[in-house]
Amino acid sequence: MTERPTFRIKGDTGDWEVVMGLEIHAQVASNAKLFSGASTAFGSDPNCNVSLVDAAMPGMLPVINRVCVEQAIRTGLGLKAQINNYSRFDRKNYFYPDLPQGYQISQFAHPIVGEGEIDVDVEVPGKEGYAFTCRIERLHLEQDAGKSIHDMDPHATYVDLNRSGVALMEIVSKPDVRSPAEAAAYVKKLRAIVIALGTCDGDMEKGNLRADVNVSVCKPGQYEKFRETGDFKHLGTRCELKNMNSYRFIQQAIEYEARRQIEIIEGGGKVDQETRLFDPVKGETRSMRSKEDAHDYRYFPDPDLLPLELEQAWIEDIRKSLPELPDQKRARFEKDYGLSRYDAGVLTSDADKALFFEEVAKGRDAKLAANWVTQELFGYLNKEGLELSQSPVSASALGGLIALISDNTISGKIAKDVFARMIDGEGEAAAIVEKHGLKQVTDTGAIEKVVDEIIAANPEQVAKVKDKPQTLGWFVGQVMKASGGKANPQAVNDILKAKLGI
Amino acid sequence: MTDLTALTLAEALDGLKSKQFSSVELTEAFNAAIAKARVLNAFVVETPEKALEMAKASDARRAKGKAGKLDGAPLGIKDLYCTKGVRTTACSGILGEFTPTYESTVTQNLWDEGAVMLGKLNMDEFAMGSSNETSHFGNVINPWRRKGDNQGLTPGGSSGGSASSVAANLCLAATASDTGGSIRQPAAFTGTVGIKPTYGRASRYGMVAFASSLDQAGPIAKTVEDSAILLEVMCSHDPKDSTSLNIKTPNWRQDVGKGVKGMKIGIPKEYRIDGLSDEIDALWQQGIKWLKEAGATIVDISLPHTKYALPAYYIVAPAEASSNLARYDGMRYGARVEGGNLTQTYEGTRASGFGKEVQRRLMIGTYVLSSGYYDAYYLRAQKVRTKIFQDFVDAFESCDAILTPACPSPAFAFGEKSGDPVEMYLNDVFTVTANLAGLPGIAVPAGLSASGLPLGLQVIGKALDEAACFRVGGALEDAAGFVAKPDRWW
Repeated sequence: MTERPTFRIKGDTGDWEVVMGLEIHAQVASNAKLFSGASTAFGSDPNCNVSLVDAAMPGMLPVINRVCVEQAIRTGLGLKAQINNYSRFDRKNYFYPDLPQGYQISQFAHPIVGEGEIDVDVEVPGKEGYAFTCRIERLHLEQDAGKSIHDMDPHATYVDLNRSGVALMEIVSKPDVRSPAEAAAYVKKLRAIVIALGTCDGDMEKGNLRADVNVSVCKPGQYEKFRETGDFKHLGTRCELKNMNSYRFIQQAIEYEARRQIEIIEGGGKVDQETRLFDPVKGETRSMRSKEDAHDYRYFPDPDLLPLELEQAWIEDIRKSLPELPDQKRARFEKDYGLSRYDAGVLTSDADKALFFEEVAKGRDAKLAANWVTQELFGYLNKEGLELSQSPVSASALGGLIALISDNTISGKIAKDVFARMIDGEGEAAAIVEKHGLKQVTDTGAIEKVVDEIIAANPEQVAKVKDKPQTLGWFVGQVMKASGGKANPQAVNDILKAKLGI
Repeated sequence: MTDLTALTLAEALDGLKSKQFSSVELTEAFNAAIAKARVLNAFVVETPEKALEMAKASDARRAKGKAGKLDGAPLGIKDLYCTKGVRTTACSGILGEFTPTYESTVTQNLWDEGAVMLGKLNMDEFAMGSSNETSHFGNVINPWRRKGDNQGLTPGGSSGGSASSVAANLCLAATASDTGGSIRQPAAFTGTVGIKPTYGRASRYGMVAFASSLDQAGPIAKTVEDSAILLEVMCSHDPKDSTSLNIKTPNWRQDVGKGVKGMKIGIPKEYRIDGLSDEIDALWQQGIKWLKEAGATIVDISLPHTKYALPAYYIVAPAEASSNLARYDGMRYGARVEGGNLTQTYEGTRASGFGKEVQRRLMIGTYVLSSGYYDAYYLRAQKVRTKIFQDFVDAFESCDAILTPACPSPAFAFGEKSGDPVEMYLNDVFTVTANLAGLPGIAVPAGLSASGLPLGLQVIGKALDEAACFRVGGALEDAAGFVAKPDRWW
C-alpha cells in the first residue's frame, strides 16, 4: 500500500488542488414505492406503475413502506454509520409537471442515518494503488420525481410518473475526496457496498445509482486549514455537477470543471456557486442554474407523516443479518487467499469482480489467480474500455488457463500468448495449447540437449558467467528462444546452474 | 303522516327498524325537501337517483335482517369528501368537474353501515372560510333569519351546507369537517349540534386536504345523540392514513344521557375576551348554572396562551395549505388555463381556479415558510402550539371538561364581515384552540339571541375523551330544551 498522493493541477499562478464532496442517489431495492403500493419495476409502459398517491389525487395520503426504511438502516449499518432512532420527513416544495404533489417528501432536518465512513481503494494505472477513508455526512430517504420527456413532440412535453415516488437514498459525503480518480473510486466502493447489502442494484445505466459531485479548487495548504478548523472559507466556491452515471464521465467532468474554475480565478474572476451539467459529447460542463435561480424550497415537516421512531431491537436484528461487506471480504481475501491488501482491495471494490475472482481461484493457486485477474484481465479490459461483464474470457475459462500454469503444462510466458488467443475467441486454454503445440517441455533430456549446444557454442559467455553469475539470464534467454518458449523456465535454470557449475 | 324530514336520526332509525316507513319513503321525502329548498344553495350536487337506489338496497337488506347501524338513513356529504363517481371539488373552481374513482374512508364507513347519500354539500372553498361566502358555487343561505327581518344570513363556515341542510331538514344529518372551527361554528349558527373528535380518530384518507395537522372529520346533526350515532360510524383506524390512531371507537351513544353528576367543569378565564357581548356572556353563565344544577362542580381554570392561538393558527393552517394545494396545477385533473409556456399555464390555472380567500391564504402560507421567515413565523407558531397543548394538559389536572361559548356572535349577514379578513378570522377565536391541541370539541345549541338566532356553547374534552363532550353536551341540551326550528320561508 502506498502513500496517498496529492492531486495537483498546474495553473499560471502555481499549483492548485481539488476538493470534492459527493451526493449519491441510490434507488432503494424494493418492490413498492416509498409511500405507495405501486410497483417499482423498470421498463413498464409509461404511467402504468402509478397509484392514486403517486399521481397526487385529492385527499390521497402517503404511508411509509417499511421495507424502504429497513433498506436505509441496512445501508447505514454498511457505512458504519450512526442510525438515528428518531428521524422525520419534510416537504421540499417546488412546482414541476413531473412532481405531482408540488413537493418532494424528503428528510431535511432529521435524516435516518448520520455520520459514517467508507474505506476507498484507488487504483493507479501501472502502479500500486492506495486507500483513503471518506467520511459520510448523512443518508436520508426521499421520493424520486417522475420523468419529463421533451423529445417526443416538438411542441409538447410528456410526463411519465412511473418513477414518481420511488424510494431513493441520498448519501452525502464530507469533502474528503481529492482527485478525479478518488471520486470514481468512491462511487465504485459505495456501489460495491450497496450491491453487497442488497439495498440498491447499483445499475448506473438505468440511473438507479447516480452521483452529484461538488467541486471546488484551492491552493495547496488550504484544505489542511479547512480540516483543522472546519471552516469552509478556506476552500473555494463549489459548483455541483449533476446526475453523473459513469465512472469515466465523473473523472472527465471533474477534470474539466477544476480547470475551468482555475482559469476563472487566475483570470481575476470569481467562481459562481451554481449547478452544472456535464456534456459527454463536448467533454465540458455547462451551467444549469445559478444560485440566484435556486428555488426557495420552503422545507417544513410533512404533517401527513409521523416521525420515524425506530426500535433499537429492530436495528440490531438488521445488523445481525448483514451479509459480508466489501471490507470484510477484502480482509478474508488477504487471509484466505494470501493476497496483498492492494490486490484484495481491487478485487473486492466491486461485487462482480470479487465474484469473478472467487470463481477463478476456486481450487486453484489464489495468488496466481489474483495476478491474472487484476493484471492481465483487468489490464486488458481497461485498455479496451470494457466492463467486466463484457469480458471475452469467462471466469471458468481463465481458471482453466491458470490450472495449466499451475500443473506446469505451460509457462507463464506461454500463458500470455494463450490468453491473447482466448481473447481472440480461439476457445478454451487447453484446446489452444493442444492445437498450437504449446505444451511446456519438461523433458529434462531435451532441455539438456539444448543447454549443451548453447554452452558449446558460447565459450566466452561461459567464462564470463563464472565471474558474474547474474549473466545466467543470457543463457536462460538463449535456451528459451531455442525451445520456442516452451521449455520449463525452472528446469532450464536448474540444468544451466548444474552444467555451468554456479 | 308526519313529516319524515323532521325526525332526528335516532327517531328515523327506530322508525325504519320498526317498519313504520321504508328507506325509500324517507329518501323520497328528503329528495322532495331538497328540491324545494334550492334557494338555500346547500347542495352543490344532488344525487336523488343514487339515493333511491341506495334506499332500495337498504330496504332489501333490512327485509333480510341484515341492516347496518345507519341502514336507510339519508345523509348529506360535505363536498370535501371524495365520493366515487360523484363530482367532488371542495367547492373550488380549480377542480373543475373532478370525479373521483375512489371513496373516502369516512364516507365508505357510512355506506358500509347502510347510509344513503342525498348529495354533496356546499362549503367554503377548500374549507377556507367562516361564512360559506368563498364557495365557487355561491353562498349558502342560513334557514334562520333575524326576527322581523328578511335579510339573508350566513350559516357560518366552512361546513355551511352541512349546517343549513340539517337545520332546514334537508337530511337527517351530515358529514362536516373542522380545521379551525368549521363544524362547531356553523352548528352554533344554525341551532344544530356539531362535534370535532380527537385528531386521529377519523381517517383523512379521501378528504380533500386543507391543513393536514388540523383537519378532522365530524358530523353536524340535530341532537347530541344523533351526533354520537354518526361519529361512531365515521371514526375508524385506517392504515391508509398515517396519522389515524390505532384504537377502538367507543360506544358514545350511551354517554349522551349519563349526566354530569360529579364531573368537574373548567371555566377558562382567558375566554372572556375583550368586547365579549353581554348576550354571549349571559349564555355562558346560563350554561354554567345548568351544569351546576345538574350536579357538576365548576372550577376556574387558566389557559394562559389562548390569545396566541388565533395568530398561530393563521400561520400553521395557511402554511400547510400552501403545500397541500400545490397539486392543483392543471397538469393531471381539474381545470386548466392554457398559457404560452409552463409558467403561464401554472399562473393562469391557479389565478383563475382559486378564489380570493384561498389565494390570500396560499400567499400567507408561502410567505411564512419562505427562507428567512420560517423561524420567525412557522417555527414560532409551532412552539405556541406546543404551549397551548400544555395549557390544556395542565388545566385538565383540575377538571374533566371545559365549557366555553362556541362563537363570539350569532349568525351574521352576507358581506358583514367579508370585507375584513381579520374580523372574519375572529369567528374562530373559541374553536381553534381545540384544533391546535388536537382535542375533541362539541357545539350544542343553548338558546336564542335577542334577535331570535341560535347561540351555541362549546365543550372541550381531554384527548380521546369524546365521552365527556357527549355527557356535558347531553346535559346542556336537556337543560336548554332547545327545540326552536327556523320558520320555513323557502
